[in-house]
Formats: sequence, structure tokens, C-alpha cells
Amino acid sequence: MENLIVTTPERTVMEHVDQPVEPPPADESVPACTFQVKNLSIWYGEKRAIDNVTLDIASNAVTAIIGPSGCGKSTFIRALNRMHELVPKTRVEGTVLLQGEDLYLNDVDPAIVRRRVGMVFQKSNPFPTMSIGENVVVGLRLNGVRDRKFLNERLEKSLRMAALWDEVKDDLHKPGTSLSGGQQQRLCIARALAVEPEVLLMDEPCSALDPIATAKIEELIYELKARYTIVTVTHNMQQAGRISDYTAFFYIGRLIEIGPTTKIFTNPTDRQTEDYITGRFG
Amino acid sequence: MHFERAHRHTWRKIKSGLASTIAFVSALLVITPLSLVFFHLVVNGAGSVNWDFFTKLPAPVGAAGGGMVNAIVGSLELLALAGAIGIPVGVLGGVYLAEYGSARINSVLRFLADVLNGIPSITWGVVVYGLVVLRLKGFSAYAGGLALSLIMIPLILRTTEEVVLLVPNGYREASLALGVSRWKTIVHIVMKTASKGIITGILLALARVGGETAPLLFTAFGNRFWNHSLSQPIAALPLQIFTYAISPYDDWHRQAWAGALVLVTGVFCVNVIVRILTRGRAASVV
Repeated sequence: MENLIVTTPERTVMEHVDQPVEPPPADESVPACTFQVKNLSIWYGEKRAIDNVTLDIASNAVTAIIGPSGCGKSTFIRALNRMHELVPKTRVEGTVLLQGEDLYLNDVDPAIVRRRVGMVFQKSNPFPTMSIGENVVVGLRLNGVRDRKFLNERLEKSLRMAALWDEVKDDLHKPGTSLSGGQQQRLCIARALAVEPEVLLMDEPCSALDPIATAKIEELIYELKARYTIVTVTHNMQQAGRISDYTAFFYIGRLIEIGPTTKIFTNPTDRQTEDYITGRFG
Repeated sequence: MHFERAHRHTWRKIKSGLASTIAFVSALLVITPLSLVFFHLVVNGAGSVNWDFFTKLPAPVGAAGGGMVNAIVGSLELLALAGAIGIPVGVLGGVYLAEYGSARINSVLRFLADVLNGIPSITWGVVVYGLVVLRLKGFSAYAGGLALSLIMIPLILRTTEEVVLLVPNGYREASLALGVSRWKTIVHIVMKTASKGIITGILLALARVGGETAPLLFTAFGNRFWNHSLSQPIAALPLQIFTYAISPYDDWHRQAWAGALVLVTGVFCVNVIVRILTRGRAASVV
């Protein structure tokens, strides 16, 4: 619990540099879990968007959340860093444990949860008033980091991790919005990585991109999972098949099935999963 | 059959022509007063706008020459005072309406701000007269600035609210998702994104109160000489114009025309600056 409450910028800054986020588990037979979600239900006013979901999210792996529109995919991943709370009148039941710590205890500051659990959105949203470089380090700067040398190092490192450094290294002063759609999305990924989160949530990160830009982001996701736990929502089942290690199928707010992606796509246990994957509805 | 169709066609053409003519004439009617005012001001005032006008104090009755430097400086001082109170209150209030508060309370506040915007400006003069001038037993620059700021607050509040609401939610979410606090998100992301619009609102409010006369009659009062303390009466361009225009002297009338020309040009310049600031507004979101 301490970790969540007394996190300082120094901790965010120094502790996670160049080291794996989570040591490998002692028990090799069970994969390590970054998130343990237990009996999670979420209401928007009277409407129940998530209904009693229990699942574990494996560390250093890509978990894809699939399901038809309105099934609660977005609400679910937003609940993993408390972003869904931005909608007024939300109510949560159940627990979400991040490395064993409950995100929803009363004394947990959502800002600190979000520093540990970064997020990339469907529509790329670099800040229009800032240059490419400023966009990348804005999270650090607004969290109180002043050290220029450190910021510059983190700038380059984040852009390299987002596979964007070579394309923008001479244009760091140009507006972030001057980049192409795919580059903007990678800039947003770099911005999220710059605060050194442990988890990266991606809410349909490719749905507004063309196939070439999509391929780049998918490649990037594949590389990033060595360092981060990634949870991604996708409408595109082929994409889920390509990039994810685990797939969770949601339907009308319920978790229907979760398992290794190969199993979900070739031999799903549940009839509804099979119907959705084979395109009988969706 | 054929004949009837052709007839209808002609009638439609006439209606269309009529509508566009009426619209054109209305547009002309809107522009005419502005051009007439400007034309009149230039014809009557340009002759008296000279170096002396900007550098000299008003001359005594009968003496030729003189200027309005004290009124110009006084107006700027009053605007600075009004801005010092009105800008922070208006901007922060607008941000509150856009970002915080419950929907019901906000709609009440919004309604009240709109009512305030509609209150005749002389009312503010009377209010400040009662609240400040009578209590402190004297007209003062402070009272004038306060009266002007009370007019500015609802104006700035509403424009700030509108431009802050225009900032797409994606930017707020992106910032919050980086673990940035709500307050810092609002100041560094939302207000920065909306800054052009906010500045535009501030400038338009300043331009509006810069030409106000009525609220100053009971508060700043006017002064034919330099103001040496903000707790003393102070000259203002609109007040000076008013005093000169109702006087029986031709010299003063000419000075009033010149003052009006300078004032209108100033307001015009502020509007031009606003146009330049908001150019390409569609491209840069806000």
C-alpha cells in the first residue's frame, strides 16, 4: 500500500529506470499477474456497465479485450487506472489489485495510480500548444521534474522506445500536431512511456490509423511487452490475434471468457465467444 | 400546363431575388452607422488631433490649444485597475463554470451572469457610488476601476467559459492519464489550449469598458488636472468627451470630437488585434 500513497516524483523518476518492472515469480507454473480484478462491477448512474468481472492480467504480456460495441471493454480498461471516474456518478464495487495493492481504497490518489498505469487513447491527442519534445516530457514536467539533463535523456529514451526518434529527432521543436496520424499516436505512446509507468493501457490505439501506421504500432506493442504489461482494447479480431498473448471476451458487461489468445481463437470454451469470433454477431 | 410551370418558376425567382435584396439592404444598414460615425469623427475631430492633444493638459476656457493627456492616461489607469480586479475574477469564474460545479448550480450562475451582462452600465456607477464613494466620502480612481471591473466580470466569465468548453476532452484525459493533478491539468493544458480565446475575451471586455462613461460619472468623476493619487478623482477619455460635448464652447466641442476619434480608433485597434489573434482559429482548435 505504501507504494501507492507516498509515491513522489523521485520514485517515479529514479526507481524504474532500466530495470524490469516486476521480478519473475517464485512459482514458475503460474504466470505473474500485474492486475487481479475481483468481482468488479461498475455503474454509470443506474446503468451497470461492468457486471461482476473477475480476471487476472499477466505481467509482461499483451492482453486484448474484445467484444461488440457497448460491451464494457473501454469501461473495463479505464477502471484499471480509474479514468472512468471522470464520468460523473460512477460507482464501483469489487477490487482491482495492482501488484497486490487495491486501487480503490479511499486514501489512494488517482493521479498516482495513473502515473503507474499509463494510457493511450483511440484518437491521438498530442497537446496542440506544445512542440514534439514538450509533448513527450510534459508528464514529468507537470509532476515537478525540473532537471534539464534528465528530461532530455528521458525525451530521447521515450521516443526511441516508441520507435519515433529517428523520424523526429531533428524536428523536436515543431508542433506535435504537425506529425502524421500514425506518428502522433506513437508520440502519445512516447508521452505515456516518459513517466515510466508499469502498465500501458491502450483503448483501440489503431482504429483511426491506416494499415501501415497500424502495422508500426503493432510492432511497437510487441517490443514494449518485454518491459511493460499491456492491456489493449480492440475491435479488430485479426489484430487481437496478431498482437496479444491473452484475450478476454466481454459481452454486455460480463466477462465471457479469458485465456491464451491461441486457445480463444481456435478452441473457445464458450459458445458466445465462438459466435463472436466467427463473425456470427458483433 | 407548360405555361403554369413557367409562371411558378418566375415567381420563385422573384421571391429569391427579393429575399437576397432584403438581406443585402439589412447588411448595408448595419455597416452604415459605423461608417457614418467614423466619417463624422474624422471630419470634425481630425483637425484637433495633434501632438498637443496627446501631450498637454486641458486649456482653460477661452485659451486656445490644450490636450487630453490626463484623460488618456487616466483611462489607461482605470483600465489597469478594472483589469486587475475583473480579469482574475472573470477568468477563474469562467473556468469554474466550465470545469467544476454541478450542472444545476452552474446553469443558475450562467443565467445570473447573463442578467448582469444586460444591466445598464449606469447602474454599476450608482452601486459603486453607494458602496464605495459614499463610505469613503470621495470620488476616486479606485471607485471608477471597481465600477468598470464589475461590468467586465460577467463578460469575461462567459467568454472564458465558452472557450474552455471548446477544448476537446481528449486533452484533459491525456493529461490526467499521465498522473497530472486536476488543477495542473486545468491550468497547464486546458487554459493554455484556450489561451487565445481567453485573451480575446479579455481584450473585448477592456475595449467595451474603455468607452464607458455612465459608470464613471458617480465614481471616477473626472479631473481637469493630473491625478496624483488613486484615491482622488481621475480623468477618463469618455468623461472628458462628455464634459466637453455638453459645454457651450466651440473650442471644447472640437476637443470632444478629437477625443471621440481617439477613443474609437483605440477600440478599433483592439478589435483588429483580436482579429489577428483569432486568425486561423479553426485550425488551432480554440
